[in-house]
Amino acid sequence: MSGRALVSDAMAPAPVPGGEPLLRVEGLVKHFTTDRGLLGSGAVLHAVDGVDLEVRPGEVLAVVGESGSGKSTLARCILRLLDPTAGRIVFDGVDVTGLRGRQLAAFRQQVQPVFQDPFSSIDPRWRVGHSVAESLNAFRIGTKAERRERVLDLLDRVGLDPSLANRRPHELSGGQRQRVGIAAALAPAPKLIVADEPVSALDVSVQAQVLNLLADLRRDLGLAIVFVAHDLAVVEHISHRTAVMYLGRIVETGPTGAVFRDPKHPYTKALLEAIPHPDPEHEPAGGGLQGEIPSAIAPPSGCRFRTRCPVAIERCATEDPAMTSFGGAHDAACHVAAAELTAT
Amino acid sequence: MSAPAPLLALEHVHVGFATDEGVVSAVSDVSLAVNAGEIFGLVGESGCGKTTLAMAAMGLLPHSASVHGAVRFEGRDLVGLPEEDLRRLRGDRISMVFQDPMTSLDPAFPIGDQVAETIRAHRDVDKQQARARALELLAGVGIPEPERRYGDAPHRLSGGMRQRVVIATALANEPALLLADEPTTALDVTIQSQVLDLLRDLRARLRTTIVLITHDLGVIAQICDRVGVMYAGQLVEVAPVADIFRAPRHPYTQALLAALPSQQQEPGTLRVIPGRVPNLVTPPPGCRFAGRCPSVMDVCTTVPPLAHETDAHLIACWLSEATKRAGAPAGAAAGGAA
Amino acid sequence: MSLAVAVAAPPRRSIWRRGILSSRKGRIGFGILVGLLAVAVFAPLIAPHDPNAIDASRILAPPDLTHPFGSDALGRDVLSRVIYAYRVSLGVAVGSTLLAFLVGVPLGLYAGYHGGWVDTAIMRPIDMVLALPAMLLAVALIAVLGPGTNISAIAIAIIYMPILARVVRSSTLVVASQTYIEAARARGTSHRRIIASHVFPNAVGPAIVQATVLMGFALQIEAALSFLGLGAQPPTPSLGSMLADGRDVLTQAPWVEIFPGVAIAITVLAFNFFGDGLRLRLDPRGVAS
Repeated sequence: MSGRALVSDAMAPAPVPGGEPLLRVEGLVKHFTTDRGLLGSGAVLHAVDGVDLEVRPGEVLAVVGESGSGKSTLARCILRLLDPTAGRIVFDGVDVTGLRGRQLAAFRQQVQPVFQDPFSSIDPRWRVGHSVAESLNAFRIGTKAERRERVLDLLDRVGLDPSLANRRPHELSGGQRQRVGIAAALAPAPKLIVADEPVSALDVSVQAQVLNLLADLRRDLGLAIVFVAHDLAVVEHISHRTAVMYLGRIVETGPTGAVFRDPKHPYTKALLEAIPHPDPEHEPAGGGLQGEIPSAIAPPSGCRFRTRCPVAIERCATEDPAMTSFGGAHDAACHVAAAELTAT
Repeated sequence: MSAPAPLLALEHVHVGFATDEGVVSAVSDVSLAVNAGEIFGLVGESGCGKTTLAMAAMGLLPHSASVHGAVRFEGRDLVGLPEEDLRRLRGDRISMVFQDPMTSLDPAFPIGDQVAETIRAHRDVDKQQARARALELLAGVGIPEPERRYGDAPHRLSGGMRQRVVIATALANEPALLLADEPTTALDVTIQSQVLDLLRDLRARLRTTIVLITHDLGVIAQICDRVGVMYAGQLVEVAPVADIFRAPRHPYTQALLAALPSQQQEPGTLRVIPGRVPNLVTPPPGCRFAGRCPSVMDVCTTVPPLAHETDAHLIACWLSEATKRAGAPAGAAAGGAA
Repeated sequence: MSLAVAVAAPPRRSIWRRGILSSRKGRIGFGILVGLLAVAVFAPLIAPHDPNAIDASRILAPPDLTHPFGSDALGRDVLSRVIYAYRVSLGVAVGSTLLAFLVGVPLGLYAGYHGGWVDTAIMRPIDMVLALPAMLLAVALIAVLGPGTNISAIAIAIIYMPILARVVRSSTLVVASQTYIEAARARGTSHRRIIASHVFPNAVGPAIVQATVLMGFALQIEAALSFLGLGAQPPTPSLGSMLADGRDVLTQAPWVEIFPGVAIAITVLAFNFFGDGLRLRLDPRGVAS
């Protein structure tokens, strides 16, 4: 047990009944080569090193991890802002991994981003309304008059006064700017939002507003959301399923309640333990994770987590653990946990 | 009373900044006391003035800032103290740790030397002795193989390691008081947990008093003994950590805790605080939270004084009986005069 | 640090209005430049005499009421010559810098935005030009192409283009790393449109500031070239050639040298002041070195 309060599954947001996944990522790999000059090749950064995941329509999948986990790179690959080194991304049944031109544009309309920093995610010289309308203009959606209408409608939908359309970003607060970013993402009526730490830069009270907004939008518009975050309280509150990343791999995935209540992977357990709870009565189970996150340039052999793992065994150094199913779509990649499963 | 005098006592501190738009009232009439040996948390959202308050206490604000009131450290008022005297205190009796370890460390110098430099600035020791002590400190903050890493430049270390070096520098001369401004905010969660353990351990070993400034209520809950809550430059509540979380009295504290996401709530139902932080150039008279407070009353246009709800729990809110007794609005005595 | 955050509801009056005219320096610079521009444009109306009219009776005559700046070795009115010389000098200064700007800025934008081999392909040749000493380059070009005002302008433009390209490339690198550029790509905006509508407006500020300062230098380079006989050819008056002429008669008739010299100094100062004022509006954090 991780020591967190028991969560009643009836309270957790009800997942949408399954069907074809809207998004399927298969074996995604993204390596970066650092320059070393004219002679000799540079070091390879294994940012994402073999990731599989699925998102169903209307579902919120949280991707959590610390720095070096590759979660932001994963998000950008899904958005096709980066080209994967290997692997496939299948959206709505179509392989979008290598799309270009008009087909890529069609994909872009369906998958939109929300970024972390409200201060750098909107062009400071553009008026707010223009930023919201950017995708409408780029994809040539509707007539000029229709676009204007839609912008006002979108601003209203995200809880902003439509008259703000003529203001410049610096006249708005961080929370308002984040809403503008959300409005801009909703403009082309996407089916999937990829949100990279959308509330991390916001104060608690503002964060609450934006989380409520995202939850309402999801419900009203049937959006699927890939929610990249490091704040587990936020994740537990809003997501149906959670995937935990470490050094470019997914180490555990499953329904949020199951992952939080009954984590299988030692890293997930450590992560849950390390989060400071806003509850002074809560006693941390002691023995926090030691050591630093290894470099993604030379990840440890076998299981990448073994250098910090409290229960690592010999096998962990030589063999990369495969995903084991623990029932109920709850999987984890750990030799020790898998052994415990077969033992029971 | 026979209780020992507090190590740090702020009395009616006001801080204003001159800007193009006018004077920003960043801190308004803050009085609080920090006792020796405790870990005092100062919490609030961005712009509430908590960093400004700490910087004012250290005398680190720019010249455009005007500081009124008293900051008594070990009995001495730091406000208006000549720069020479303040410099002697900083790094020696009072130290500060900031959020971003990369800008607190000089990127051009080896980390070991930076620790040694702080030692030699305040102690009459030679290079060898300073180096020996620096190695001791690096080991004490958990840097593995300090001999080998002594000569490393800061960029060779990870964020967590750098922050440890910064802490080592801050504690080099065994200060009585450590001001830590968001020391773990920029760190990964698992590293944050290590650094918080380190701070707790150092407090136990060295009896350093720590003032921890943060917006993260989780961090507050895990490490602080007492907590002060700030809003828009005003101090609204001070209490032992258990009381703040279990029985917050001030409407702002209550709203803040209610806004925290948790698994207990349906998505879309987090309780939000309506309205926005007031403009600090033209702050509203009286309690600055009044505009967003669900229980606002007419009398809230007057500044509520910080009053003892119980022996240990202070609150600045007209809802509280203690506040009413401490300062009736119609011109009675009591503190809080701006 | 908490300063900007403390003012929670920024007033409606935006910082964009506090522009060039808010600093006294900027106002002074701007005023002088406007005045000088008017002088250059309206030279035929303002100049009291024909700048090329030789008057044997007034050789090296000191300043008086009809000739406030005195007369030179050929009896020509120095004031009128200075006024007409402004046309050449300002024309070359502004024209050359403008040309450098129109060529250099797009190159810098593309290099900074695309990076990789595009960056290398564009910037290596530019860096090589930058490595050559400016005056030497100008003289060499003129040696090949022949002297004259237009050639001077082109030579200066060639010297300045790398500088502006580098400045824009630097600020483009900063802008291109901003999240709103990624957002623009995800919203379907093409690279060309991103450069034109996102990168250019946000990155061009430092280049404009640099260009105004360069104009002041361009004036001096033109003067130096004319001084050496490589720029404006007689009888076209140029501040530089007037300086050359004045050297010979410096002890007898210092006004022939002084007034063109002061004219150059005031203009360069005006450009610098104006540039400082612009910096406040366009480049407050000093991206341009």
